[in-house]
Amino acid sequence: MFEHYLGLIVKPIFMENLALSMFLGMCTFLALSKKVETAMGLGIAVIVVQAITVPVNNLIYHYVLQEGAWSWAGAPELDLSFLGLISYIGVIAAMVQILEMILDKYVPALYNALGIFLPLITVNCAILGGSLFMVERDYTFGESVAYGVGSGFGWALAIVILAGIREKMNYSNVPKGLRGLGITYIVVGLMAIVFMSFSGIQL
Amino acid sequence: MSFDKTVLIKPIFKENPIALQILGICSALAVTTQMKTALVMALAVTFVTALSNMSVSLIRHHIPAAIRIIVQMTIIASLVIVADQILKAFLFDVSKQLSVYVGLIITNCIVMGRAEAYAMKNGVWMSFFDGLGNGVGYGVILIVVSFLRELLGAGSIMGYPVFKLASEGGWYTPNGLMLLAPSAFFLIGFIVWIIRTFDKSQIEEENS
Repeated sequence: MFEHYLGLIVKPIFMENLALSMFLGMCTFLALSKKVETAMGLGIAVIVVQAITVPVNNLIYHYVLQEGAWSWAGAPELDLSFLGLISYIGVIAAMVQILEMILDKYVPALYNALGIFLPLITVNCAILGGSLFMVERDYTFGESVAYGVGSGFGWALAIVILAGIREKMNYSNVPKGLRGLGITYIVVGLMAIVFMSFSGIQL
Repeated sequence: MSFDKTVLIKPIFKENPIALQILGICSALAVTTQMKTALVMALAVTFVTALSNMSVSLIRHHIPAAIRIIVQMTIIASLVIVADQILKAFLFDVSKQLSVYVGLIITNCIVMGRAEAYAMKNGVWMSFFDGLGNGVGYGVILIVVSFLRELLGAGSIMGYPVFKLASEGGWYTPNGLMLLAPSAFFLIGFIVWIIRTFDKSQIEEENS
């Protein structure tokens, strides 16, 4: 039992990394990975939001959208799952907003550190992707908590590593046309190869 | 109404959303192992971008600035649901292969970015064509990448064998890496390099 949950946490960090093997959250991944410090802030924000939204969307899916969820109200055939996308994105936007308000009130230090990154997370596909994978793989509530934490952590790890490499790259002589975006793609490709070496591990 | 062709053509080569603006990369990489899925994805994104741009532009004078993101999000999400349901009804196999990536068009920055940057300020038809152009610009990269990946990785195009595989007595040993994640990054990196060799204005000064 414990091993099952541990597997759910470790798997999205190394074997099924959201950024490097699922290509999720790429836009922010490439745009905000120039400095380790910002990458770290964004990474932490993603972990927190992912760990909250995936379980919440799990509850919404099981108790509102799934076929048969309304059978207690006398409508066992009501299937609202086509409304999934719009409700998940709504939950994510609302959660980010609430989190922002809570942090502002109780943990102002963290709020100032995350400040600009929180609103950006709403449009980060890693968050919505996490919720959609959760639905597709039919996780239970407990599993979705583990998956949320693990996948957020994997994404954060990847962006911090990339930022470290890009900081070092400032000192190297890159061909003109490849500077900036081009070389970043190639670095990410190499990182993806590195993470592929984990893929043989079975948990 | 004067029609400006550049709105349609510029995003395809000159200001390509993937190669220059760093928008909408997530799905661009994931669906390109086969040409068929890439083609369907490109069509779906073009459909959503064009129509969402048009709808946002239609009501742009009535959207209060404070809640514009939510309004745009709702329009986009509804259009994506339509696209998703159409795919499920008529192209079920492909929609199974695309798995979550159809839903992820919602958070595809191209759609959101164009709605925010262009449709909020411009007329209905120009916004429609801007969306169309950006969708096609996205599609072009998708199709080039998927063409190379499917050809080199599986020796076929659109599912039809082109190179005879070694396992079936032919001469071509498929390069399995092409079907995996890293090759997509390399290919887009090289495409960016090629574009920038011809168009020097896109070169970035900083190293990283």
